[in-house]
Order: sequence, then structure tokens, then C-alpha cells
Amino acid sequence: MTRWGMVIDLDRCTGCAACEVACKSENNLATVSPEQADMGRAFSWMKVMTEVSGEFPNTTMRFMPRPCMHCDNPPCVKVCPVAATYLGVEGIVGQIYPRCIGCRYCANACPYTVKYFNWFAPEFPESEREHLNPDVSVRPKGVIEKCTFCHHRLQKAREDARAEERELREADYQPACAEVCPTVAIVFGDLDNSRHRVHTLKSDPRAMRLMEELGTEPKVYYLAPRA
Amino acid sequence: MRSDVADQLARLPADEQKLLRPLVVTTPVFYLAAGLLGAIVLWGIIAYSLQVRFGLGRTGLNRPEYWGIYIIDFVFFIGISHAGTLISAILRVSKAEWRRGITRSAEFITVLVLGFGAIQPIIDLGRPDRLLNVMFHAQLRSPLLWDVMSIGLYFTASTIYLYIPMIPDLAIIRDAGIKAPRFYRFLAAGYQDTPAQRARLERIIGILAIVVIPIAISVHTIIGWIFAMTLRPMWHSTIFGPYFVMGAIYSGIAAILIAMVILRRAYRLEDYFKPIHFDYMGRLLLLFSLLWFYFTFAEYLTAFYGAEPAEMRTFWAKLAGPFAVPFWMMVLGCFIIPLALMSRRSMRTPRGTLIAGIAVVIGMWLERFNIVVPTSVNPRWEMESLGHYLPSWVELSILAATFSGFILLYMLATKVFPIVSIWEIKEGQEHSVRDVADRVAGYLPDPAAATAAAGRDG
Repeated sequence: MTRWGMVIDLDRCTGCAACEVACKSENNLATVSPEQADMGRAFSWMKVMTEVSGEFPNTTMRFMPRPCMHCDNPPCVKVCPVAATYLGVEGIVGQIYPRCIGCRYCANACPYTVKYFNWFAPEFPESEREHLNPDVSVRPKGVIEKCTFCHHRLQKAREDARAEERELREADYQPACAEVCPTVAIVFGDLDNSRHRVHTLKSDPRAMRLMEELGTEPKVYYLAPRA
Repeated sequence: MRSDVADQLARLPADEQKLLRPLVVTTPVFYLAAGLLGAIVLWGIIAYSLQVRFGLGRTGLNRPEYWGIYIIDFVFFIGISHAGTLISAILRVSKAEWRRGITRSAEFITVLVLGFGAIQPIIDLGRPDRLLNVMFHAQLRSPLLWDVMSIGLYFTASTIYLYIPMIPDLAIIRDAGIKAPRFYRFLAAGYQDTPAQRARLERIIGILAIVVIPIAISVHTIIGWIFAMTLRPMWHSTIFGPYFVMGAIYSGIAAILIAMVILRRAYRLEDYFKPIHFDYMGRLLLLFSLLWFYFTFAEYLTAFYGAEPAEMRTFWAKLAGPFAVPFWMMVLGCFIIPLALMSRRSMRTPRGTLIAGIAVVIGMWLERFNIVVPTSVNPRWEMESLGHYLPSWVELSILAATFSGFILLYMLATKVFPIVSIWEIKEGQEHSVRDVADRVAGYLPDPAAATAAAGRDG
């Protein structure tokens, strides 16, 4: 059975945030004003978290890209009163925008705070408006949205593979963040397929998952930094 | 008052005269207050329409502070609604005779405030236009859906529980002919107070009083579960169900006391809301202030002793952080003030219970605030930045409108229905005094038998 997942090597991450930018443009994330962003209303399905430690000048900075964890036991799915957020058969936690009633219970239930709410109708700068991705729906005001592992790309990749009468290959389906990562810190694939890189990487001794103790069974693994 | 109505009223017995008077006499103060409250409600409706038009962005909510004033109000108002039905049902079931004067006014609080509580999560929705999705796509796993069902059931049950015991009074109004004859003829449903009808009525009330108690308890338990079922620090706690029920009854008692003091003053009900009622209700308030402390202490000590880092961030944010002021004001309002006042007999008066009641209502609102907001702004993941929350004028206007709307409806209800149960007062005067004497005698050894036994032994 296919279980889509991600392995992020924190030793390789340079904090360049290319993944954030790629995600925003791939998924038509709305732009908000600086004031709104200060209020905590910016959208960032993929977010590079930073942690500064030590006293100046001996400081170190660590980065941690954070997409949706696509839990196998997702707390957000359990609480949704209308099944607008669901666990797909291949393990992707999806959102049904036209069904969501905007109660934000899922957002509160998610221990990783990966859910974003449309406080207003989405806005895009003039220059972006013509370049919105036609494969991804623009969300209306009042609904929740989040990282989908770019599952619109999966549909396309699957159709292409079928047209060419071949199996789906690992390279056929990659989310935007994994595709652009210049240091290959983000690796994506089928966790249950032994030919995919993530299958091996997830068993690396450095591999860990965020808040594993909660039993949410995330499908995003991190390779802990060596030093 | 029209002279014919005045004549009809004057022909009635003393209790009816006094208790039906508010239905036909309205003072200028009433109109003034109603107008003012109506204006605030209108203002709130304007604020809400702006929110619907432009989005929830008009509130102060953000990520991760997803729930604010509306959810606080939801928990708070549904809590107040436990006043009536539960108190009156428990007092009825336990045959507390002093209940007779106060049950009706308490039951009205329940039914009216419940609606205002139930609309809060709808006001909070990003897509109120899709509200019916909770039926079309009902997902029974979600505690929110349990809530929709239990509140629906509670609203139905408490409305019936308000209406059925009111039928004899509605028949009295119908027979007196003082007001809207067709309306009261319809509501009185052909009740003629025959012994058979009376017996059936009391039987139904007896069954309803028992049925309504578990329903009421389920309602606030489930509201507590909405929070407790998540993995959020200081929400994920097994005490939340009973803690919420206890808090709900507590705030409900406080609300009844406030209503009683105002009704007593406005409608000259000193003969019905007597010092003994304030004394007994004050004792109940005292009992619940101690219970409140017990539950709160147990909840916080458990979190503190376990000392999980995620829990401790929220814990200290409340005790000595950005939420210290609302937290300690809550302790003052829910525990220190009511305890200090209600533990003294001289303070269990209308004035003393009013002060304690107001302190508890404010304290309990703050308790809901202290549950919802500090956990929201402290995400479990420490790399996530802390949230902040400043309610917008839209939220505050809707808050004011909700309070005003409830008070306004309650005022209007006193103009349509007698706020003290006439027939239950009469029944008390005619039967209960003897019944109680018989009951007490039944608890004790029979004096004749005791004498006989003593004689045998001797």
C-alpha cells in the first residue's frame, strides 16, 4: 500500500526558505499585508522554523522546515464535524474547501499548528494574479487550508504514467518544496516502497518524528543534526 | 391599565393579583430599559453583518488564537442555562419545598439563555452559510456534533419542562381574561384543573424533572469535552467534563440570584422571594464556591506536579504571566468574594447575594476566558511563536448585544408569563404544609410504638 511521506535532513537544510516560496506560488497562497502578518494571519503551508541558541557572538541557528505532518492518526480529522478534513487512502490528509464550515476545531486540535484560516477573502498582488496555478483552487474566505503534499501533482503524474502505460516512478510525483530544495534536504516518496529513498531514510538512526509521544504517527520524518 | 382590565384583576385572589400585575402594567422604566437594550442588540447585529460581509478578520482572532470571545460566551451562556432546569429539577425531585417561588424564574433563564449560547459558535463560524453541513455531512466522531445533538435535546427538553408546569397558570390567565384571550386559550391547551388533569400534570412534571437532569449534565460535560478531547496543554484533562458541569451550575445559581433580586425589586415580589430564599440560595452558592476551589485546585495541582514542559508554559502564563490579572480576578470572583460573603448569615440577604452573584458571574466568565485563551496562544510546539489576542470592537459589540438580548428577552417574558408559579404557590399553601409534617413524622419512630416497646422492656 502506498503511504506518501517525507524525510527532511536537518543537517542539509540551510534555511534558504526556497521551499516556502515554492509552496506559496505552487498552491496559490494568498498574500497578506504586513499588519495582518503581524497579527498572525500570514499563510505558510511550509514554514522554516528557526531557533537561535547561545550568547552573541557564539550563536548557532537551527532550521526546521515544517509542512503538514500528514499523520496516520490525525487529531484534526477526528474532530471535524463535517468531514471536511480527511485521511486519504494513500495517507495524505486532505481538505475539502467547499464543505468546510470554518469552525477552526481542526486548527485547535493540530499539535503542530499547521492549519491556516482565511480570515478574509484571499488577495493577490496585481503581478501575481495572472500566474495563479490553475491546478489548485483558490480558497474562499472563512475556510481552513493547509499543506496537501501538492496532491494535485499526484493526479497529474498518475494520468501521465497511465497514458505512457508504465508504473508511477518516484520522480514523477514530488511536491514543490522537495522539487526546489537546493540541498536535497527534503526527500519525498512512498514510505512503504523499498525502491524509494524515503523508505531507507526513515530507518536512519537519526530519524525522528515531531512529538512522536502523542501517537499521531506523522509521515514526515526528520534526520536529526549530527552536532 | 384599561379600567375593565383593572376590574378583572381586582376580582382575582391576592396571589393572582400580585403575580399577574406585571402582565398588564408596564412602567416607563421598563420601556426605557427595553429601548436601551434593544439599541445595543441592533448595534451588535450591525457588527455581525460587517463580520459576515468581510470575514472573521474583523475580529481579533489569528493563528494560533483561533477561538476567542464567541467561544468563551458559548461556554459561559450555556453554563448559565444550567441555572434553571437543573436547579429546579433537582429541587423538585428532592422535594425541597422552598423551591416553589423560584423555579419559574430559573427555568426561564435556562430556555432564553440557551438560545443565546447556542448561536455563539454559529457567529464564530467562518462559513455560517454552510451551517447545515453539520447535518448533510455529519461526522459522529466530532465532539462538536455531540454538542449539536445534546444542546438540541436540552433545548427541547427544557422548553417542554418550562411549558408543562406553566399550563395551570396559563389557564388562570385565560379564565381571568386580562390579556390576549386567544393566545392564552391556545397555550392553556384546554386545561381545566380537574383532579384527573392535575394528577396527570404532576406525573408528567415528575418524569420530566428526572429526565432533564442527565440531559443537562450531558450538555456541559460535552462542552468540556470539546476542549478535553484535543491534545492541547491544559485542555486535555479528564476533569473537564465534571468541572464544566459544576461551573455551569455555579454560574447558574449566581444568575438566578441576580434575577431574583431585580425581579423582587421591580415587581414587588417580597412575599415570594423571601429572606429564607436568599439564605438558602446563598448557602448553595457557598457550597459551590468551595466545590469550585476544589476542582480548580485539583486541576492545577495535577498539571503543576506532573510538570510537563508544554503544560507548564500555559500554567505559568496563567498564574504569573500575561494572564495573571484575569486568573487572579477569577479566583477573587469565584472563590474569595463569594466565600467571604456567603459564609456569613448576615450577608445572605438580597443585597449580599447580589454582590456575590455578580462576582461569581464575572469570575465564571473569566474562568472560561482563562480556559480558552491561554491554551490557544501557547502552542504545544515550542518552536512555534506565541500568539496574542486583543478582541476587536466587533467581538465586544456582539458580546454586549448577547447580554442585552438575553436580558431584553427575559424582561419581555415577564410581561407575557407569570414569573412566579401561581398554582405551585397555592398548592404549597393548601397541601404541602400538611404533607411535610406527615413526611417528617414518617422519618421518626412512631411515638405509640416506642411507648409500647418501653412498657414491654420495663
